[in-house]
Amino acid sequence: MTDAPAPARRAGWIRITRAGWFPLALAVVFGAVAAVLPLLAIEIPGVLPGPTYLPGTLQLLALCLIFAALALSYHLLFGTAGMLSFGHALYFALGAYGLGVLLQRTDLGLVPAIAIAVAIATGIALALGAVSLRVAGISFAMVTLAFAQAGSVLVRRNAWLTGGEEGLRLDTRNVPEFLIGVLNTRNVYWVALVVLLAVFLVVVWFERSRAGHVAVASRENELRVRVLGLRPFTVKLLTFVIASALAALTGTIYFVLQSGATPRATSADFTLTLLVIVVLGGVGSRWGAVVGAFVYTLLDQRLTAFAASDAVAGLPDALRIPLSEPLFILGTLFILVVLFLPGGIAGTVRRASSGRRVTRAARERLEEAE
Amino acid sequence: MSAPVLVVEGLSARIAGQQVVEDVSFEVPARGVTALLGRNGVGKTSTIRAVLGLIERRGLVELAGERIDALPTHRIVQRGVGYVPEDREVFGGLTVAENLRLAERGSDATGRELVRELFPDLVERQAQSAGSLSGGQQQMVSIARALINRNAVLLVDEPTKGLAPLIVKDVADALARAAEAVPILLVEQNLQVVRQLAETVVVLESGRVVHRGPAAELLDDPDATTRLLGVHAEPGAEEGER
Amino acid sequence: MSTIVLLLVTGLGLGALYFLVASGLSLIYGLMGVLNFAHGSFLTLGAFAGFELARRLGGDSWPALIASLVLGSAVGALAAALTELLLIRRLYERHIEQVLVTVGLSLATVALFEGIWGTDPIYVSAPAWFGQTTELLGARIPNDRFVLIGVAALVLLGIVAFLRFTRYGLIIRAGVENRPMVTALGIDVRRAFTVVFAIGGAAAGLGGVLASHYFGYVSAQLGGSLLIFAFIVTVIGGLGSLSGAAIASVVVAVLQQFANFYWGVGDLVVVLLLAGVLLLRPAGILGKKVHA
Repeated sequence: MTDAPAPARRAGWIRITRAGWFPLALAVVFGAVAAVLPLLAIEIPGVLPGPTYLPGTLQLLALCLIFAALALSYHLLFGTAGMLSFGHALYFALGAYGLGVLLQRTDLGLVPAIAIAVAIATGIALALGAVSLRVAGISFAMVTLAFAQAGSVLVRRNAWLTGGEEGLRLDTRNVPEFLIGVLNTRNVYWVALVVLLAVFLVVVWFERSRAGHVAVASRENELRVRVLGLRPFTVKLLTFVIASALAALTGTIYFVLQSGATPRATSADFTLTLLVIVVLGGVGSRWGAVVGAFVYTLLDQRLTAFAASDAVAGLPDALRIPLSEPLFILGTLFILVVLFLPGGIAGTVRRASSGRRVTRAARERLEEAE
Repeated sequence: MSAPVLVVEGLSARIAGQQVVEDVSFEVPARGVTALLGRNGVGKTSTIRAVLGLIERRGLVELAGERIDALPTHRIVQRGVGYVPEDREVFGGLTVAENLRLAERGSDATGRELVRELFPDLVERQAQSAGSLSGGQQQMVSIARALINRNAVLLVDEPTKGLAPLIVKDVADALARAAEAVPILLVEQNLQVVRQLAETVVVLESGRVVHRGPAAELLDDPDATTRLLGVHAEPGAEEGER
Repeated sequence: MSTIVLLLVTGLGLGALYFLVASGLSLIYGLMGVLNFAHGSFLTLGAFAGFELARRLGGDSWPALIASLVLGSAVGALAAALTELLLIRRLYERHIEQVLVTVGLSLATVALFEGIWGTDPIYVSAPAWFGQTTELLGARIPNDRFVLIGVAALVLLGIVAFLRFTRYGLIIRAGVENRPMVTALGIDVRRAFTVVFAIGGAAAGLGGVLASHYFGYVSAQLGGSLLIFAFIVTVIGGLGSLSGAAIASVVVAVLQQFANFYWGVGDLVVVLLLAGVLLLRPAGILGKKVHA
């Protein structure tokens, strides 16, 4: 009885997923295709820098997978529970830097170090989440931003621990051989894929759980949840902590893939990037978050290559300057998506396949996320 | 009888996706007070807010023969729809004079004169912040904001809610005076006040109109009052659930 | 003692900068419910405009400084008004999307500024008097602090006077309290939106030119770094409250200066203060009810 209203409200969404196993089947297909990519020599000119078996391409694709996992964790926060956080990067960075510091300062193996890093991040998320959730809406956004900023300052200031502006390198003493070095990029790629699928499963599981339904319900109507005798605060905090733990896990793999981290991973801009990814893909859509992460990461990489190309260098200033700044193009693109493509990529695909009604639902979802 | 000043036809409204007014039709005659009645939570306030475009609505609304249902709120008000909201909604941080200055469209000497005459209290307190006034005084400010302009119709929502009996009488008298010049659509729980002011009543139930007619006829029929409004006309009358 | 005076005045100067950014943020949020992430860009643009003008006028003279202040605030106001008219207005009442648009604008403009002026800080010159110090209660205080404090005080007075004595000011004050009721009095509030954006942008642009003198340089990141503290100030002061923003600006900046000087942890203390305020008073010092 308690969670009955939530599924009814999400009729549009349910209809798309139809049977409960559909997203899981899709995930299996996606996982299978992604898993064999390193064994194939697929070339997509203009999208990928080279054939898929090359370490350089796999490195980029692994980054896509990691950002997809991170975007999914952000989707849980923003899309599912309607909490607009500007500090999600903090937990990603806690995972990355936590793992880095543990590997450098202790004799822990990789897996225990990851587990401890994620546990620490989860604990911090619990404490900061409890404070941040004292307020809602825009205040919540600002407070999470402030906490993340403090984290960023700590990382930059305490060079003895974090390497400061230089960043922290991966200490490979206790990292298994098969994850180290350029030639083993595909192993890291597979690990990233496993993490993405694991995050996906957790997100699906959470959204279908009673707590997930309450999270959706409290996004739509906090009062109703209260009337039902549940405390939205507890459920929101739970969502916040789970999303943060997933972000931290993703951060640890990112650290392994990049063989280190720089303070950019802690910055507010990084969280904003996540927000761009999720909105680009389509707020409230899991696949949107994944697709958005791929589109954004590839676009960013391609635009950077494009900016450095001779074609751009030869242009007059008025064109050269904007085109040589990938973030300018991405930012502008983002504005255009918000203005003209409500529902992002997922919304556009759905609109194309099932008429206009869904757009309204997507817009309402965005509105209700407030 | 002259044409009605306000015609509402097939009006529906939603708040946050929830239907609160459904297919409501009624008219407000060009003279006197029309009372919009019904049990608590039946959609009276929502109907008024829908007419003003303050909530998402569908249907036809005509003011003096012209459609206003597609206009934004401020344009509707500019055409001469005065609004006295439920819970007064005065600007507490503004002074009484500022509240009135904000409301005044153009300068209408008769409007100001009427306000000065009806609410001498407010003239004395014009430099005081509205938030520091008593509930009754705030209600006067709220009514004065509507009376200060020349309007085609006033929409007055529960003006006596939560006021002491003596103040209720003042408010009712002020509205009676106002009604001499401008027709009023009144939402009111206090049947005494309805009896004093209203000629016509429209009764809503679950967002629909279930009764229309002269005020006296309804109020003199205890059974109908109990059935339609859920109030006991006499103590001890039996509960009239449908 | 002299150290304390120096820290106090420097803190006031920094607080003045925070206020110039936070005042606009707070007014815009209060009236429209929009958290304006692009506000830092208005500041940066004002700073660059002022810098370019001063450079062309010969750098370090007083007229050049004054002209750059005027231009900086004009450019800030113009950029802000255009943002409201072209982007924000299209998304009327869709608050989350409005925030998203300002996020996109801030990312795009910062990148654009980096493309035009580069990523390195550009050092600015000011009249010689700016770099000199004045002795106050035994402390030698850089003169630019006094200018900052003076200008911020004038801006505060100016905004208060505008709010108090003009029709738009009346509409804005009423709108911050209860916007639907303002429209229900027959007033088109949207015109006031452009006005608050322009005022906020002017204050930010002015703050940009002053910030470039306070820090001694201008860079594409200038606005973004101040914006975060301005956000904190607006939350602590209470969203939508101008006087709250003024008080919180001073408290935050002075506290930050002292904590930085004695323990080197100014930024963290500010965040702790924020957490404390939220725990005790979620609506901020002078805020209305919490906006859910």
